[in-house]
Amino acid sequence: MNKLTFDIAHMLAGSLVLVSFMQLYQDRLSSLINIFALHALVLTASVAWQAFVQHAPHLYITATIAFVFKAVVIPVALRRIVVKLGIHRELDNVVGVGLAMLAGIGLVALSMVVMLRVTAEADPLAREDLAFALSVVLLGLLMMVTRRNAVSQVIGFMSLENGLVLAATGAKGMPLVVEISVAFSVLIAFIVIGIFLFRIRERFDTVDIQALDRFRGERQ
Amino acid sequence: MTAFNALDAVLLIPLVAAAALAVLPGYRLTANLNVVASLATFLTSVSLFLFEPRSGDYLLVDDLNKVFIVLTTFVAFTTSVFSASYIGHEIEIGRLTPRSVRFYHAMYQVLMFAMNLALVANNIGLMWVAIEVATLTTVLMVGIYRTHEALEAAWKYFILGSVGIALALFGTILVYMAARPVIGEGLEAMVWTVLVQHAAKFDPALLNVAFVFLLLGYGTKVGLAPLHAWLPDAHAEGPTPISAVLSGLLLNVALYALLRFKMLLALNPASIAPGPLMVTMGLISCLFAAFMLYRRRDIKRMFAYSSIEHMGIIVFAFGMGGPLANFAGLLHMTMHSLTKSAIFFTVGHIAQVKGTQKIADLGGLTVTHPVLGWSLVFGVVAIAGLPPLGIFMSEFLVISSTFAREPVLATILVFGILVALGGLFLRLNGIAFGEPRGPSGPVHASYVPMFAHFGIVACAGIYLPPGLVAGFENVAKLLG
Repeated sequence: MNKLTFDIAHMLAGSLVLVSFMQLYQDRLSSLINIFALHALVLTASVAWQAFVQHAPHLYITATIAFVFKAVVIPVALRRIVVKLGIHRELDNVVGVGLAMLAGIGLVALSMVVMLRVTAEADPLAREDLAFALSVVLLGLLMMVTRRNAVSQVIGFMSLENGLVLAATGAKGMPLVVEISVAFSVLIAFIVIGIFLFRIRERFDTVDIQALDRFRGERQ
Repeated sequence: MTAFNALDAVLLIPLVAAAALAVLPGYRLTANLNVVASLATFLTSVSLFLFEPRSGDYLLVDDLNKVFIVLTTFVAFTTSVFSASYIGHEIEIGRLTPRSVRFYHAMYQVLMFAMNLALVANNIGLMWVAIEVATLTTVLMVGIYRTHEALEAAWKYFILGSVGIALALFGTILVYMAARPVIGEGLEAMVWTVLVQHAAKFDPALLNVAFVFLLLGYGTKVGLAPLHAWLPDAHAEGPTPISAVLSGLLLNVALYALLRFKMLLALNPASIAPGPLMVTMGLISCLFAAFMLYRRRDIKRMFAYSSIEHMGIIVFAFGMGGPLANFAGLLHMTMHSLTKSAIFFTVGHIAQVKGTQKIADLGGLTVTHPVLGWSLVFGVVAIAGLPPLGIFMSEFLVISSTFAREPVLATILVFGILVALGGLFLRLNGIAFGEPRGPSGPVHASYVPMFAHFGIVACAGIYLPPGLVAGFENVAKLLG
């Protein structure tokens, strides 16, 4: 394999992990949304590069979907929601930044150890990609548990899905069915979330899900 | 009608019905249409037994999923009958508007479509998509009352369900990665029938990691502890027909996905044995849920925990493996689906007539509403596993087959089941007997679905038709 193509793929996937880290320490919603858009842009570049390297034109479609929906439409819509609700300056972190970063480093180390050991036989491009993808997935999960605002949880979930797209495109020749479904499911998920945010807003005038926590079901 | 059309019809009928229900006005008409469509789907699924359908690259029918499809469509049909009377009452008291009912009915059929698709999918990617669609539709239905309890439940379900689904997709990608070097690139490497043929040559390390992700991912949807947190909320806050469908069907569909992957691993001698992982998670779920039953104050929430307990027992049985334990697991799954959905039918009517789900406000049901009260007693006796009903038989089989191989595990399981029995009866005593509380107005209920399920469960405890036994035995062998 050409060394340069491998290095570029490696760099793009690595940048995605880096941007995931950047998301972890954003404490304002508006800047978090910007970083998510960057996340999606890096993903687009990575998927497009995979399409070029693998000579798989259908991956360009996936890249386009990633760009249009995740880097443009969703950040714009989220920003509008956030401004409309007047929470764009809101601070939001359950655990401290330092602790979250440390946990993130631990998760990346874990995914490297697991994936690199397991995929010793696979071809190196797919192998590194998979390890990075798992890191992005785990960092997305971490973000979901360290945030309490509904908007940042949604962003955590979407960056998790970005990790899945990275994994799916790294797996050479994976049928188109899956890529479309992943992109499609993100769209559906977004609609669902939109409805929910709307309804939460309707009821509580806040998207802080702690407002939902008043109810535990067992309290009398 | 040719056989292949029957397979398509199982998917097409719900889709067409969903489209029609989304535009038609009037709840009486749509409720009836919902019942008719569910009945048609059920009859079509039974016809799968008569014709031998062909399997293609995308759809597959074999002995394993036939059992699941027929069970799913049957319970979906009876639930639609129950749902018609339940929804009628909800409109009367103004908890649901005609618009949300239209939405509800359309979503009900979309859910049926998604579950059937997950069961007949011959492609691991397609199966994943179907389970995701099923999750999203149930999220929307759980939040339909728009109270903040319902919204919290739906949000929790959505977040946990999506994380589960995401992990399952990662596992699916890993299975593809394992299959690619052997089968080659493209669609073939995601087709069940092809995967099964070549499973022995896959990279065992990749398969192992894949299975861990799949177990965590689909396990969340099965409701295994410690990934169960969404389940009680979703059951308690959604409309009761949806609680019945969740417990009776959706958990089974996720379990089906897990079983398919277990079969794949079993064919690869170098990979880890999936059994011990499943046994451990099953036992933890069963014990945990059994203890949680004691402090419940909400009746639907209590039965949701009972579902976790039973899913634990079922996963335990399949984890033990072997023809006898698999047979017991299948039987237990069937009996649990029928019993638990019937209990939710009863509970739905009780909650409507009393205007509350709080156990403290329910009392003396056998006096105020004898039919509902005694049905509940019957249901709890059945679900707790007392003889001579169906669940007793399947639990007895699970335990006796385990005792021969792992006496310690069997003892722990028996302990869990007994603890759960204690918890259920403690609560039942107050609800069914005790001092009558709350309104005692007449019930507008359709008892038919409830009695039908209880009837089948009672008969199954005494006599199983030889055809059914032979069919289950065959499937149990397939599961290995």
